[in-house]
Amino acid sequence: MFRFIVRRLLQMVVAFFGTTLIVYALMFAGQGDPIQALAGERPVTAAQRAYLTEKYHLDATGIGGFFYRYFDYISNLLRGNLGESLTGRSIGDILADAWPVTIKLALIAIAVAVIFGVTAGVLAGIRRASIFDNATLLLTLLVLGIPTIVLAPLAQYFLGVKWQLFPPTSGANPDFYALLLPGIVLGSLSLATALRLTRTSVAENLRADYVRTARSKGLPRRRVISVHVLRNSLIPVITFLGVEVGNLMSGAIITEGVFNIPGVGFNLFRGIRTEDGPLVVGIVSVLVVVYLVSNLVVDILYAVLDPRIRYE
Amino acid sequence: MSQHAVRPTPASPTPPGGHLLEVRDLHVEFRTGEGVAKVINGVSYHLDPGETLAVLGESGSGKSVTAQAIMGILDTPPAHISSGQILYQGRDLLGLSEEQRRQVRGKEIAMIFQDALSALNPVFPVGWQIGETLRQRLGMSRADARRRAVELMDLVQIPGAAKRLGDYPHQFSGGMRQRVMIAMALAMEPKLLIADEPTTALDVTVQAQIMDLLADLRRDLDMAMILITHDLGVVADVADRIAVMYAGRIVEHADVRSLYRAPAHPYTKGLLASIPRLDQRGGKLSTIQGLPPNLMRIPSGCPFHPRCPYAQQVCVDVVPHDLVLGDGRTSACHFAQEVRDDRAS
Repeated sequence: MFRFIVRRLLQMVVAFFGTTLIVYALMFAGQGDPIQALAGERPVTAAQRAYLTEKYHLDATGIGGFFYRYFDYISNLLRGNLGESLTGRSIGDILADAWPVTIKLALIAIAVAVIFGVTAGVLAGIRRASIFDNATLLLTLLVLGIPTIVLAPLAQYFLGVKWQLFPPTSGANPDFYALLLPGIVLGSLSLATALRLTRTSVAENLRADYVRTARSKGLPRRRVISVHVLRNSLIPVITFLGVEVGNLMSGAIITEGVFNIPGVGFNLFRGIRTEDGPLVVGIVSVLVVVYLVSNLVVDILYAVLDPRIRYE
Repeated sequence: MSQHAVRPTPASPTPPGGHLLEVRDLHVEFRTGEGVAKVINGVSYHLDPGETLAVLGESGSGKSVTAQAIMGILDTPPAHISSGQILYQGRDLLGLSEEQRRQVRGKEIAMIFQDALSALNPVFPVGWQIGETLRQRLGMSRADARRRAVELMDLVQIPGAAKRLGDYPHQFSGGMRQRVMIAMALAMEPKLLIADEPTTALDVTVQAQIMDLLADLRRDLDMAMILITHDLGVVADVADRIAVMYAGRIVEHADVRSLYRAPAHPYTKGLLASIPRLDQRGGKLSTIQGLPPNLMRIPSGCPFHPRCPYAQQVCVDVVPHDLVLGDGRTSACHFAQEVRDDRAS
């Protein structure tokens, strides 16, 4: 296990440099005149141009210059300095404000998926082909079929504006209540997937040979299901939820956009729209790390849950 | 000896204490979307304390389904027990509530399965799985259950039992896994052990070890045993009596010696003839022609008639009853005596 983790950490280093390089290249390599882009419509004086060229190492040109600036960026990044956005705000500060909001939103979404999705999935799996099973199938197909870009405005309009059950938008410092509706919208997709996955897994495990053995030991049905079947059925579900936590932590661009939530996805979207290169690259670099770490955690969790898996 | 003896007759007289287990005219069908498969069609057999009955037959002959009906672990639906009785110590198990049946499982009647790798739960250590029965059913403490689990693993001759308590099923060899399975079944000291093809998934050398172990344990713990198998070689040393099943019926029922010496049903004869023999090397292996019947369309008359070299018109028209042949033997064949006395083939 130790060797597996070390190997994975080394792979993470490669993946980190690879992805940041690609994002950095996409954002900056094709740029015409970065100084003019920074200034926008206004004219740039010679003194300003000289200062900015010095500051961003723009004097080195071509591929060599690109790598020079990339390594300059990375070395700052590794020292914990994400640089400044084009608006002049420290990217570290932007993320420090945005992340807690996104994490709260992600936790609400995951809680919704676990509480409703996994529970309903277990019940549907036990009562296969029942009315409940078919009803959940219909509902989940509906949810999976509606893209968030449709679902989020619909929920906002009906539940927020028309019936006024929830605040329609969040604003600067959203509390739990303001994040509840966006959290449910965001979680509904994970809920549907978790439900289908749990249902299939439970139904499959109920037919397994070891269930027959557990029954012939004279264990009550309740224990056969809650200990033997669930312990096995939840392995793929927990793996899915682990990956999903990683996804949600990196922000939900559409949901945060629709409900005006100042989270990571919202800032990332703003960065892309205003062509704020440093902001986009900064956020994505951190997201890459979040992704890599959450995937590592899922892999380790998998080995803990299923003793047959040993990474050596 | 009258031909066409009317009723299915018990193969041997009831001993003073009564039978430990008696299955009477059991009928089981599987109701699926494609139709009704008649899997068990009037099976009757009995077992006395300490006795070993081998139930022999091809896949789909209904031998495992009968055992699962006795255990009460058939999946209903699709399975449906349409009629019959399963008497355990004189009490009809089919008339009991699920909770009462659960009390019988493991404690009175225990079962071991064919493939121990899939029959054991992959995510729990074997010691935990053996101890679970003791903790849940007898209310033993964790420490006591562990101690008892080690004793049971010693009993089934797993080397270094105490050290292997925490190992998972996949860390054991096939033979050792089947021993774990046996230890688990013995946890509650059952009076009847049903072994459903216990050696099929194992290497030949290991098969013999497991069969010897089962025979020894049966004797030492004074259990009765139902040994389900399709392997004629396995049963000869271990079983007292053999019931041969075909298409959900018992077609022949006899003590081991008589059955091997002179099978009285063409199907049994075919099975015995298909065992490869050292003294006939180089010859073509004998087989039973045709395939086992589709249980949704069991042939009229004797279900074996399409494959039977002795078949006459009567076999197509009339379902044969069990003919009593003396010595407690029965055979469900219109020509049972002729078959038994025909030593030629």
